[in-house]
Amino acid sequence: MPGDSGRHEFANKDEPYPSIIILDGGHFMKSIRRQATNPNKAPTGIEGFDEITSGGLPHGRTTLLVGQPGSGKTIFGLRFLVHGSQFCKEPGIFVAFEEASKRIVANAEGFGWNLPELLRKKLYIVDAQPQPDVVQTGDFDLSGLLTALEAKAKEMGARRIVFDAIDIMLALLPDPTAKRREMYRLHAWLLEREMTAIITAKAGGDEASSLTEHPFSFMQFMVDCSVALNHSVSLGVSQRNLRVQKYRGSAFDENEAPFVIGKGGFDVAIARVLGRVDSAVSEERVSSGVARLDTMLGGGYYRGASVLITGFPGTAKTTLSGAFVEAACRRGERSMFFSFDSDGTEVIRNLKSVGIRLERFVKSGILRMISARSMGGSAESVLVRIKTLARDHQARCLVIDPVSTLAKTGNELTAHGVAERLVDWSKSNGTTLVCTSLLDEMSGQLEGGTPLQISTMADTWIHLNYLVQSGERNRGLSIVKSRGTPHSNQVRELILSDTGVTLADIYTAGGEVLMGTLRWEKESAERVANEVAEVAGKLKRVTLKAEEAVLKVRAKSMDTELLAKQVEKTLLDRTTQSRKGELSRGRIRMRELRGADKRNPKHKPENL
Amino acid sequence: MIRPPRFKFRLYVAGSTQNSTRASANLTAFCATHLPHRHEIEIVDVLQQPKRAMADSVFMTPTLIKLAPSPDRRLVGTLSETQLLLETLGLGT
Repeated sequence: MPGDSGRHEFANKDEPYPSIIILDGGHFMKSIRRQATNPNKAPTGIEGFDEITSGGLPHGRTTLLVGQPGSGKTIFGLRFLVHGSQFCKEPGIFVAFEEASKRIVANAEGFGWNLPELLRKKLYIVDAQPQPDVVQTGDFDLSGLLTALEAKAKEMGARRIVFDAIDIMLALLPDPTAKRREMYRLHAWLLEREMTAIITAKAGGDEASSLTEHPFSFMQFMVDCSVALNHSVSLGVSQRNLRVQKYRGSAFDENEAPFVIGKGGFDVAIARVLGRVDSAVSEERVSSGVARLDTMLGGGYYRGASVLITGFPGTAKTTLSGAFVEAACRRGERSMFFSFDSDGTEVIRNLKSVGIRLERFVKSGILRMISARSMGGSAESVLVRIKTLARDHQARCLVIDPVSTLAKTGNELTAHGVAERLVDWSKSNGTTLVCTSLLDEMSGQLEGGTPLQISTMADTWIHLNYLVQSGERNRGLSIVKSRGTPHSNQVRELILSDTGVTLADIYTAGGEVLMGTLRWEKESAERVANEVAEVAGKLKRVTLKAEEAVLKVRAKSMDTELLAKQVEKTLLDRTTQSRKGELSRGRIRMRELRGADKRNPKHKPENL
Repeated sequence: MIRPPRFKFRLYVAGSTQNSTRASANLTAFCATHLPHRHEIEIVDVLQQPKRAMADSVFMTPTLIKLAPSPDRRLVGTLSETQLLLETLGLGT
């Protein structure tokens, strides 16, 4: 079984696996520098791929790249050579069996690889397409090609080589034995020269048949590394996947990884989030554009946070995100607004009606509106385009309206992964991301979940809904969650007016929430009630004051009375005392006069 | 009667590998039989002159190029099928 030898645990677990990979012209330097250069690996410059294989293709060995027509084999190979010649001091030769060199150069023009410059010295494309009218009589071999290549390789010091579409060449060979013989000849030649090589070959419809029926089955055993590119269409949406099938002597990620061939080249996205590099966390707050919402959130969104605004159609999701963008532009931050629902110009016009003026920022170039309604393709490719555009614009604030579009253009499973990577990517960039997500009223999806399950990843989740009451539809705003900030638990009414977006307190009466006219009625009723109460209070105060005065007077008179009584009492005491003294003195005198006995101290003196 | 055209061939071989040796033997025999006294054969060894092979876009060996009469025709292989060779060179009846 090919590939068994390579299936180990990850050798370097501490090596971070970024969740998002963008790999194209000019922007890949950063990623490469981060990696420790492994002498046994030849980096491809396709960052996602280099991560999967922990460094790239096996150095000095041969890799087989199998894929259906149009699955990106040529671009992969070319990318590998371009990277080698530009950054690894490894010039390369591209042997084109299928496409003419002119066409290859023209096709690669869009990727910004600067092929013409490289072609002068470090890169060479060999036109090895068999002439259409070539007649084959009897057996032949590839010695001619290999000799020619050898001469060329020596001349330019080539270390990398790509044989693109070897199947075209093999098809000319008369029998399986000859095919096998030539493949081994090629392989032996490559090994001897220690060239890092990619051989691409077309695969049949599915992977299984390519392994059994094709002449490449023996190639699978021969090579040291084998990569399969897969292009499938599910529900009418194209989906590209890449899988490393075997890699001798190295750890690799054996799962399928989605990739995209975009304007920027070859992008491989690692679906799994493995120990993502923790992005710098900011304490800075950015305004949501609605002052009272900022208060509710304890100061606004965190910079770099992912904000999710969910709601049914027409609940002012776009307006709320528009307010955010306007606030960002006012602060002078470059922003980008992706509108999947309507054209950018429409959005600007519509927002103008609620006092959000974005036109001037678009004119000054600080804001870019992207009308993405026409942006087709799978969720993966949409993500890549979002990333590319946002990066080109250096956007610090990003609005995607609505992000639920992703779920429509691909199957939901991939869309979920894409949303996850979108959040991760914006976090690692420090981009503040505001996504709106449409909830389908008919499907009865409640606050519980969003189609992409992005709600679990979002830092702040604002839910908008309608409250239909007494013939009115009013908008309510509530904060479902906001990580790391105390936030209001109250539902507020969202009011749109030509002066802007505001929030109003709502009334709860008898367990019912009041909004709109009812709230206004309640408010005015309360105002009247307040006035009445105020008057009544004043009256009461006056009365009380009067009563107080009366009581105070009474208290004073009582005081005086008390004093008089006290004086009287003291007087009485004193009189009683003196009379007593007088009496006893008189008695003693009488005794003396009568000549009575002296008083015995031991006996109580007898009274008389 | 129009004089039959003269044939000019260039045969690329890779040293003395089996296929190459066979091809040159087959070509010589073919010419002797079907084009007596009106052929020229140039044999180029790619191992000796790889750049020439590259310039001529010869990657499979052996390769036979018919240079004259025009148009150019290319044949790869050991040239073992005489009938096919006749047809390709426009000598078939």
